[in-house]
Amino acid sequence: MNKLEAQKVTQAKAKHLQVVPPSGLGFWLTGLTAAVMSFLAIFALALALTAGAVAQKWVAELQGKATIRLVQTVEDGPQKVQAILGILAQTPGILVAAPLGESAQAALLAPWLGDGIPLDTLPLPQMIDMTYAGETYDFEGLRLRLAAEVPDAIIDDHMRFQAPVMAAVRQLRLIGYGALSLILATTAMMVVLAVNAALAANESVIKVLQLVGATDRYIVRAFVRRFTVRAFAGATMGSLCAVFFLFYMPIFESSSGFVRAFGFAGGQWFWPACLPIFIAVIAYFATRWAGYRNLKEVI
Amino acid sequence: MIAFEQVAYSYGGVATLSDVNVHIAKGSFHFLTGLSGSGKSTFLKLCYADLVPSAGRVSVFGEYTNTLISDDLPKIRRRIGVVHQDCQFIEHLSVVDNVILPLTVSQRAALPQDVADLLNWVGLSSVVGMTPMALSGGERQRVALARAVINSPEMILADEPTGNVDWEMSLRLLTLLVELNKMGKTIVVATHDLNLIRTAKALVASRVLRIKDGRVLLAGADL
Repeated sequence: MNKLEAQKVTQAKAKHLQVVPPSGLGFWLTGLTAAVMSFLAIFALALALTAGAVAQKWVAELQGKATIRLVQTVEDGPQKVQAILGILAQTPGILVAAPLGESAQAALLAPWLGDGIPLDTLPLPQMIDMTYAGETYDFEGLRLRLAAEVPDAIIDDHMRFQAPVMAAVRQLRLIGYGALSLILATTAMMVVLAVNAALAANESVIKVLQLVGATDRYIVRAFVRRFTVRAFAGATMGSLCAVFFLFYMPIFESSSGFVRAFGFAGGQWFWPACLPIFIAVIAYFATRWAGYRNLKEVI
Repeated sequence: MIAFEQVAYSYGGVATLSDVNVHIAKGSFHFLTGLSGSGKSTFLKLCYADLVPSAGRVSVFGEYTNTLISDDLPKIRRRIGVVHQDCQFIEHLSVVDNVILPLTVSQRAALPQDVADLLNWVGLSSVVGMTPMALSGGERQRVALARAVINSPEMILADEPTGNVDWEMSLRLLTLLVELNKMGKTIVVATHDLNLIRTAKALVASRVLRIKDGRVLLAGADL
């Protein structure tokens, strides 16, 4: 044996043998499935996290705030406003209370009525914004006192508006997590199917390995290694594509409100970064399970 | 080393082997002959526990194959080298990777010089980097033999090892098997080639078993 041939032998000894063929439908399926599923999972994750963030933002913005609406009359309007402010000053837990100025009210109405509307000609109610501290504030007590002393004043803690919206946001978040769970479960099932196909296609390889004394553990590990790496590569590609879309889709640049917030922010990037690893872990366990099951039952 | 005790084996209700009582002693050389489909391959598969008997029991290295658990099977198979007529390689691996496969799966290192010596012994030092697909029938058989012996097994089972090769190559393979037997290995060769058996008898003390109608009998004086 010449030097080159001896070297080849040494190389064969040194490297870890890849006993599972590097190609095959099962492997492509796994990579592709992992890519598509991670792509979808990123969007489901973004939906869930965004819904959570939006809910938190709304809660933070609306919590501790209430509005008193006073149906004004020209004659006693200012006196009633003063009476309300007096009541609020005596009410424990009220931190700040101030009537909404004309310009602030105009800004609120501008989206519906347009700019330059003479507000003084319209019978608009006077709004009083207040901020309260949750622990000591008694909403029901204040409402009853206002009803008794200034019957034209109506207090609104926004709960009527806030509660259904918050419920919808919570539901949206649940849908996001539900979709994410289904996507990950489908990934596991697809990997199991692909492993079954690969094991069936590589029955001759498995027979040879068994013939030369390979344990089930060795055979399964060979398949697990190949499928885990393939799933990780596919999931990384899919995740990168999804992140690219999140960054560069025009809709996210031009839209506003909820859609503008769609995506990940700050520490939330940890989750999409972890997704390929998570999918690889799913592939690892799915392959392991399918591998042992097949070796015991089919082959 | 291997003992068949009233062994029967049937495929789908059809008896292939019945009432087989055979003892294969350590260091012996056995030929197994019979017509195609007579059950030679089944006999060998029972020897390396690829099949378990439908009735009776087979003892391999003192262990009954029907009571082995899946973790025990590899331990038995590492003590047996098997050569098939169709060789059965992992085709995407190189010749040398296929040869060292028994060591690889048992997490043992292949010493380059040992592998080189082995490939020289079977006359294949020039094909180490090739894949098995690129080899001729005779070369594939010799690679299979090299793979079967690299683990230094106690027993070699060869199922029609000369089925796809010419007479010259058959003799070469036979010589290698005889050399292994002289090193103390137990050899069982299934073949329908009676000329090969007759030639072997001039080289080594061997026993010939004939399978007929599902029974394994000691061959007559013609062999």
